[in-house]
Amino acid sequence: MNWFRRLFNRGKLDAQLEKEMRFHIEQHTQDLIERGYAPAEAHRQALIALGGAERVKQECREARGTRWLEDLGQDVGFALRSLWQKPGFAAVALLTLALGTGATTLIFTLINGVLLKPLPYANADRLLVLQEKTDYSTRIGDLWAFAYPNYADCKREMSGLDLMAFLYNGGTVSTTKNAEFVDAYDVSANLFPLLGVQMAYGRSFLPEEDRMGAPPVAILGYGVWQRLFGGDETAVGKSVTFDQKTYTIVGIAPPGFALEGGLELEGETGLFTPLGQETAPFLARRDRHGLGVWAKLHPGTSLSDARTQLSVIGTRLTRQYPDSNKGRTFIADPLRPEVGDSLPGFANNTRSTLWLLFGAVTLVLLIACVNVASLLLARAVSRERELAIRVALGASRARVVRQCLTESAVLGLLGGGFGVFFAFFALGPFIAFWPGGLPRAREAHLDWRVMLFGFGVSLLSGVLFGLAPALRVPVRNLEQALRAGARTLAGTSRRMHSSYVVSELALAVVLLVSAGILARTLLRLSSLNPGIDIHNVFTGRMALAPSTLKDPNATRAAWDKVLSSASQVPGVEAVSLVDTVPMREGSNPMGYSTKPGISPSDPSQPTTLGSSVTPDYLKVMRIPLQEGRFFTEQDRFNTARVVVIDDVMARKAFPGEEPVGKPIWLDLGSDPWTVVGVVGHVRYWGLASDDQAQVRAQLYYPFSQVPDQWVRRWSELMSIAVRTKVEPLSVLPVLRQAVRGATGDQVIYQVRSMEQLASRSIARQRFLFVLFGLFAALALLLACIGIYGVLAYLTSQRVPEIGIRIALGANPNRVVRLVMRQSLRMIAIGVVLGALGALAATSLLQRLVDGVQKADPSSFVLMIVVLMAAALAASFIPARRASRIDPLKASRQE
Amino acid sequence: MNERLELPQGTLDLLILKIVALGSIHGYAIAQRLQQVSHDEVQVPQGSLYPALHRLEYRGLLKSEWNSTEGGREAKFYSLTRKGCAQLETETATWERLTTAVSLVLNLSEGGAE
Repeated sequence: MNWFRRLFNRGKLDAQLEKEMRFHIEQHTQDLIERGYAPAEAHRQALIALGGAERVKQECREARGTRWLEDLGQDVGFALRSLWQKPGFAAVALLTLALGTGATTLIFTLINGVLLKPLPYANADRLLVLQEKTDYSTRIGDLWAFAYPNYADCKREMSGLDLMAFLYNGGTVSTTKNAEFVDAYDVSANLFPLLGVQMAYGRSFLPEEDRMGAPPVAILGYGVWQRLFGGDETAVGKSVTFDQKTYTIVGIAPPGFALEGGLELEGETGLFTPLGQETAPFLARRDRHGLGVWAKLHPGTSLSDARTQLSVIGTRLTRQYPDSNKGRTFIADPLRPEVGDSLPGFANNTRSTLWLLFGAVTLVLLIACVNVASLLLARAVSRERELAIRVALGASRARVVRQCLTESAVLGLLGGGFGVFFAFFALGPFIAFWPGGLPRAREAHLDWRVMLFGFGVSLLSGVLFGLAPALRVPVRNLEQALRAGARTLAGTSRRMHSSYVVSELALAVVLLVSAGILARTLLRLSSLNPGIDIHNVFTGRMALAPSTLKDPNATRAAWDKVLSSASQVPGVEAVSLVDTVPMREGSNPMGYSTKPGISPSDPSQPTTLGSSVTPDYLKVMRIPLQEGRFFTEQDRFNTARVVVIDDVMARKAFPGEEPVGKPIWLDLGSDPWTVVGVVGHVRYWGLASDDQAQVRAQLYYPFSQVPDQWVRRWSELMSIAVRTKVEPLSVLPVLRQAVRGATGDQVIYQVRSMEQLASRSIARQRFLFVLFGLFAALALLLACIGIYGVLAYLTSQRVPEIGIRIALGANPNRVVRLVMRQSLRMIAIGVVLGALGALAATSLLQRLVDGVQKADPSSFVLMIVVLMAAALAASFIPARRASRIDPLKASRQE
Repeated sequence: MNERLELPQGTLDLLILKIVALGSIHGYAIAQRLQQVSHDEVQVPQGSLYPALHRLEYRGLLKSEWNSTEGGREAKFYSLTRKGCAQLETETATWERLTTAVSLVLNLSEGGAE
């Protein structure tokens, strides 16, 4: 009979056991009677020989091996009943645990979805990302996107894996009615099948469409399809215009689909076209990089196989094409979700934010556990007599410990259950609250891993807080425990209680000080001067009509037209063009040189952030002019080439000299430029991060003087900045119409007010502050409940003693002092330990969060004072109660 | 009466297996037989006999069925399973190796003392 059936046939087995025992005793009695015993005596002797029928039966039952499970059921029932009998205790303990596990589970859900889960592609573990790597580093590092010919060589020569490629190609997509700028990709035809992505409607590209001269086809992103075609399924087969070319739509991508894993783009991709049809001349060049390359390993091929093949090809190409491929190899790495760590200085450091939060909630959970542990310990002390009776009646110590642990595990699991429930409802609002949108938020939901985590955490915390009380089960001195009852208090329990309070306070100090430091950081950052007047300004990216981009002069004229029509919109005060907008993603670090004969692009040369702007930029941003002049309409393409620098660059490039009038060499042609003015520094990298940024020097040059060959490229990246006399975004609809151009396909997109950008640049600090503040408040509350509970309990144990003191003439103040002294000691130790932990936490925050300064004593002191005040207040209530003990009643309690 | 020997740990199982190997037998008879064959030298507490029987049964070394005794009473009869036979053989062998080894050592020490 197997184990499981034994468990469920208990009744039958017991009956058989009973019968077997009866048979034995009767046989033995019979034998004894035959030997001459009197029947009654014979029966007695038989029972003695067996050694107690009940005990034997019990041992036989234990031999079944199902005993522990029966006990477990019994213990769980007992635990539930005793919780039910003490609803106050149960409510406090369950709420505490639910908060702790709920918060932990919530953050884990995000970590699981955002950081741990593989990309939502078929066999994501076999996907690789391929990059070019050089043995030297430029300003952007030593990793490069692929050049198309290098990709083609690798694709042809590698075996055991399939290469796929994509090329960013943003542009304006339009139907007869609407126009919109979209992020678009040229993709190889095998990309969708290899990733296992199914189209929402229609089909993906066919191999024969992925070559030169094939009929132009496109796949629309789901959102673009919704906006341009109103979600009409018959859009498949219709045509759209993309950068002046007409494409037939063959498919609609699934909702939310974006090529994740190596790209920093907001939301889903708008349009896909076959890479093989791309005619851009730079694709033929081995020294022009820009192609994203992924690969999918065939089953049986390993990553190291792929790496070996790549290095062989790389070495050969280095010899074959030394001009472009010298020092250049190819590398492969597993494709991992990219969650925004690649842009240092911007408010999207998701990974470290999540782990910081996880650390904080773990502290809260620990405090919750300690709190419940002290509650349970208090209960265990008063239950000492009950447990002693159990042991005296023959329960083994292990059995009683198991019962205690079962009780705390039941408590932990119940609390955890509520916690997971809470996490389920809090998840949506929490993601919405995440600054700047949480990457991969779609992946975050409660799946089996989260459930397992929640279960594990609840069980673990149950055991954690149940262990200390359980180990108090008496073994020796049973009769002492029985006699003493619940009143006297063993020293160990008092020490244990104190250590609970101490650790709770220490943990709370860590959280409080962290929150305090974040608050100060936030205050300091938001009071910083960004260097521009962020009120009543907005910026947006702008795409010119593709027809104007062919000829540089036509392009310049088109921009002039945009500026003049935009400035006539009512409410607009000034308008200008700018290629890189402060506090937004994207920058243009460029080398410069102040001496003739040194190439500005040499890696040894200093770097500045270059922005090409139009003359009104200073007026739009209200950047103060400190020396010289800014650009005017007279700075044209054929006049002297001029730049304006900020005061940071002035100090760095021309220390102790007058910068105005000095020549400077830039990576824009070989002739020098002349510095004509100095302006104030702008916190380009955001309020939080500018001080730590590597490149802070800033340089402006007139867009009108950008050399012909770059006008098109610059125009594709151009933004428009508008200062308004009214609420900035209110002029947008009229402005959009005003700049649509003759063909109606010039669009402004990604519009942000400068206030939004500034606020977003400290969003991470604000977010962390709010959450740490919340957790710290929770920790403070829990710690106060803990200290109150423990002191109230310890004091109640001392009622007879205090009664005697009062009877002997101690005045109430002395009694208050007596109790307070006890709590002060615990508070002091807790604060000292906590302060050490807080120092460590501060240095962690300083490393991970921009703008956090070295441990500043004021937030330490302030937070510790807050904590001590709260803790003292919590201990004052039991102290006062003790001082009012009536000695008569107290002595009667004996 | 001499003080009777306490059974070393674990040998009760071996003795039970051996006795059951002689033929299907009920619990009381096992107790009787143990006392008889060991000439009352070995003290088998009847109280530990039944838990041992049940443990062996759940481990699959013994099987049991309810049959009538000679006296016409219904009793639980134990017999050896195939697994039990194998277990008996290995345990007997182990026991013999152990006792041989122990007596070798004991003889050696006697010889050395001479």
